[in-house]
Amino acid sequence: MPGRATAERIGTFLAVLGVLWGAWEGWRWLGSHYHLTWPFTVNDTTMPHLHRIIQALFQPAQANGPSLLHILLNASAFTAKEAALGFALGAVGGFAIAVVLLQSRFLERGIIPYVVASQTIPLLAIAPMVIVGLESKFGGTLSAWECVSVLAAYLTFFPVTINALRGLQSADPRAVELMRSYAANRWRILWKLQAPASLPYLFSAFRIAAPLAIVGAIISEPSASIQDGLGGAIVNFNQYYSIEPQELWATNVISALLGIVFFLAVVFAERAIVRRAPENTA
Amino acid sequence: MTVVELKGVSKQFRGGTLALQGIDLTVEPREFVSLIGPSGCGKSTLLRVIGDLIPPSEGTATVNGKTAERARRDRDYGIVFQQAVLYDWRTVAKNIELPLELLNWDRRRRKERVAEMLDLVELGGFEGHHPWQLSGGMQQRVAIARALSFEPALLLMDEPFGALDEMTRERLNSELLRIWAETGSTVVFVTHSIPEAVYLSTRVVVMSARPGRIAEVIDIDLPQPRESEIREDARFFELVTRVREALIRGGVEA
Repeated sequence: MPGRATAERIGTFLAVLGVLWGAWEGWRWLGSHYHLTWPFTVNDTTMPHLHRIIQALFQPAQANGPSLLHILLNASAFTAKEAALGFALGAVGGFAIAVVLLQSRFLERGIIPYVVASQTIPLLAIAPMVIVGLESKFGGTLSAWECVSVLAAYLTFFPVTINALRGLQSADPRAVELMRSYAANRWRILWKLQAPASLPYLFSAFRIAAPLAIVGAIISEPSASIQDGLGGAIVNFNQYYSIEPQELWATNVISALLGIVFFLAVVFAERAIVRRAPENTA
Repeated sequence: MTVVELKGVSKQFRGGTLALQGIDLTVEPREFVSLIGPSGCGKSTLLRVIGDLIPPSEGTATVNGKTAERARRDRDYGIVFQQAVLYDWRTVAKNIELPLELLNWDRRRRKERVAEMLDLVELGGFEGHHPWQLSGGMQQRVAIARALSFEPALLLMDEPFGALDEMTRERLNSELLRIWAETGSTVVFVTHSIPEAVYLSTRVVVMSARPGRIAEVIDIDLPQPRESEIREDARFFELVTRVREALIRGGVEA
């Protein structure tokens, strides 16, 4: 009965949310009651009441301005646009790299270290280079948010490449032999056998890559001087943290929700696309 | 024209194992030849040499008068393995269709052929099922339909019923004989079951192990078409005994 399963899931979600809420407020109460200074001093700045954070969403951020929620939803839409393009670029690029590496052990051994190394460079370090580089080359045609997408793709391609390669290699060797018996060339084997066999692995990577695309976009926005997204909002509310901590907290909550929305989009896409034996479903 | 001709075929693997040595064998059109022998006698390797899936170290393999490689490129044979090796993400119909897609048949022709093949292996009504919804015997029937879908002259079978229970195996044996008669194809069949080899074959090739060599070739003169009851015939038992003794002489305790 799907209805009951859904009800159970919502129940579990609410129960966990309630426990977390209680833990936050409980720690807050203990901290302020006994004046704890370890691991940090508890007060309205370090741990605002959760209901204050929620309330802040429905109050104007500036006098007579729109509500904070309104501002953050607009910022989310902007960041979501960057992240979605970044995710798509990272997914396509990551898969393409995996297909290249699949062609020979030599390529795989030679290039994988650089793929890994690429992820040890912080995004903040390469953001200015990419933005300046792209703008000097495509200044007229490429807007700032598209540069941010490229940076988000830099973060998302990695899990896709690693998992796609494993997935492409996961095809049953006898199935490869079967394709050879049909005199199928490398590309037919790739599209008819290896790519479909890699789908479950690919979607595991997409689940990781989708929230990463949001993180990549948020981190890169300040480097591209973008004010319209969640990254801009975080930088902005950072400055007012000591006075209005709940506004930054509220921004973080909305950012997290956007990451969850991206994650769920991947989960639903996977359910619609991947057909596999029931015992293999995670 | 001779369908398969092997001359002096040897195969040594990289580790040094001599899997096959000096194999000479010809298979004529419409023959059903079984390769039988202990595990490790190289019978599966020999099948792969015929199919150009493994190159021989020495000797030549000719299929339909061409090199084995040319024959593979011309899709002269269909192959069935011990496991059905169906694609989980494809339905039964789409699995049977796979080689036809690779041959660039148009959609209508593919649909027609798939319907014919489903009739041939008696799986009508299961075309929309996914492999995991079928029993082992049904999966193997799909694999046979897939191998025959593009009407190859030669069918290579590598212990296709080895993983099935005895009852299913006997039923599929009879079904295979019917399909063989209906399609007029030539079959090279690897097995380690003596009754299966005798029941199905026109000729049984007994192999010995390490290195794999042909120990004896036994003509199976049971009448055609064969019914299941022939398994209770005195001549059937005689031939089973002959194959068994040949295997023992080749160095196997059967």
